[in-house]
Amino acid sequence: MKFVDEFRDPQKAERLLQEIRALASTLMQGRTRPLGIMEVCGGHTHTIFRYGINRMLPEEVEFIHGPGCPVCVLPRGRVDDCIALAQRPGVIMTTFGDAMRVTGSKKNLLQARAEGADVRMVYSPLDALKLARAHPGRDVIFFALGFETTMPSTALTVLQAQKEGLTNFSLFCNHITIIPTIKAVLDSPDLHVDAFLGPGHVSMVIGTEAYRFIADQYRRPIVIAGFEPLDILHSVWMVLKQLAERRCEVENQYRRVVPDDGNAPALDAIATVFELREFFEWRGLGSIDYSGVRMRAPFAAFDAERKFSLPNIAIADPTACQCGEVLKGAIKPNQCKVFGTACTPDSPMGALMVSTEGACAAYYNYGWLDRTKAEPMR
Amino acid sequence: MCLGIPGQIVALHDEQQKLAVVDVGGVRRTVNIACIVDEQHPPSACLGEWVLVHVGFAMSRIDPEEARRTIALLTEIGEVQAEVQAMRTSGDA
Ligand code: SF4
Repeated sequence: MKFVDEFRDPQKAERLLQEIRALASTLMQGRTRPLGIMEVCGGHTHTIFRYGINRMLPEEVEFIHGPGCPVCVLPRGRVDDCIALAQRPGVIMTTFGDAMRVTGSKKNLLQARAEGADVRMVYSPLDALKLARAHPGRDVIFFALGFETTMPSTALTVLQAQKEGLTNFSLFCNHITIIPTIKAVLDSPDLHVDAFLGPGHVSMVIGTEAYRFIADQYRRPIVIAGFEPLDILHSVWMVLKQLAERRCEVENQYRRVVPDDGNAPALDAIATVFELREFFEWRGLGSIDYSGVRMRAPFAAFDAERKFSLPNIAIADPTACQCGEVLKGAIKPNQCKVFGTACTPDSPMGALMVSTEGACAAYYNYGWLDRTKAEPMR
Repeated sequence: MCLGIPGQIVALHDEQQKLAVVDVGGVRRTVNIACIVDEQHPPSACLGEWVLVHVGFAMSRIDPEEARRTIALLTEIGEVQAEVQAMRTSGDA
């Protein structure tokens, strides 16, 4: 197998693959459809395709690429709102590089910049704060998005702005939270997921206990996984072993980074600044209860949604787009009607094509050519 | 954005504000270390340590060997270059 050569420890990879094959064939006895393992995190999706791990696994095991790319799931209406904010006179809109490429109903932030809006890419929300200090006469807004991995950084940035008494810095908060999202995925009727690979860096913040309901109530094994190719193989082996032994537990393969209790200062900062929204709209998945956060009332002065008026118009996903079905694992990216034709990484129609962590972009860049041959489908 | 990148804490910038200087792939930048310090582990104890940096915040301590392997992997998939580039151009109009 040529791909295994690229691994840091090819022998270990080969051994894991052998055991995975053996476990998979035992597990398949009496089953008709393949075992579905959902990797929740876009970082995992990226590694899986980059190293062709999906192609190394036996036919009986397939990955279902979960909703874990925060850029991808942002609905068009929120992007439109962000562009409207960026176009206000005096505003400097700041955000991460990926977020500049997600399109709203008409355009993305890059295009808005070309048309004259002052939009700047920042590496860190701290750099947005720096811009606010440097330009006291301008309103600097940080377009904040991401799961619990990036939430502490924006929370701490807001606390810092408060401490300094800055009046020209605010957040346009689009943070989302992982647990209600996994729960929504688990509750969807057309889902066939037998086990989960848990997100490594979200878990570094929230710890492992938060996933207990997946094992206890939904009876699915979950293994918190690291991002190296070997980590992924190891984690796949761990979930298969749980399935074979009829166990449903939360296991932590990424112990070297993820403490079971999570990160206390990070969780404190999140709890101080943010509270759950009753519901939040997702691209492709619709509205999910309690899946987003907003800023608490004492931070109203730093909340762009309260400080400025927003168009706030919900925009339906384009009808040709099948992102929702891909997110739930109902179809593969290359089975979408517009995959590779009307929707490509250079001109994405759906959100999953935008970031390298999106399932469709990953499929397009790395995986799909080899998968056009007959493969087990539901 | 979600992968993070290992860096080594090479100087303390402002202990009060919990800011330190981290070397990431040869580039130095100030990062916030509030999430990796507490009474038992004050900022001064962080000097020389390797940390996983996410969007300008040190989010966990990692051992040097782990850091080295992760950097090698991230370099291979182009992630280190992208992060360093993002740090360099951050905030430009
Ligand atoms: S190909 Fe494009 S429209 Fe279709 S599911 Fe993927 S991102 Fe969505």
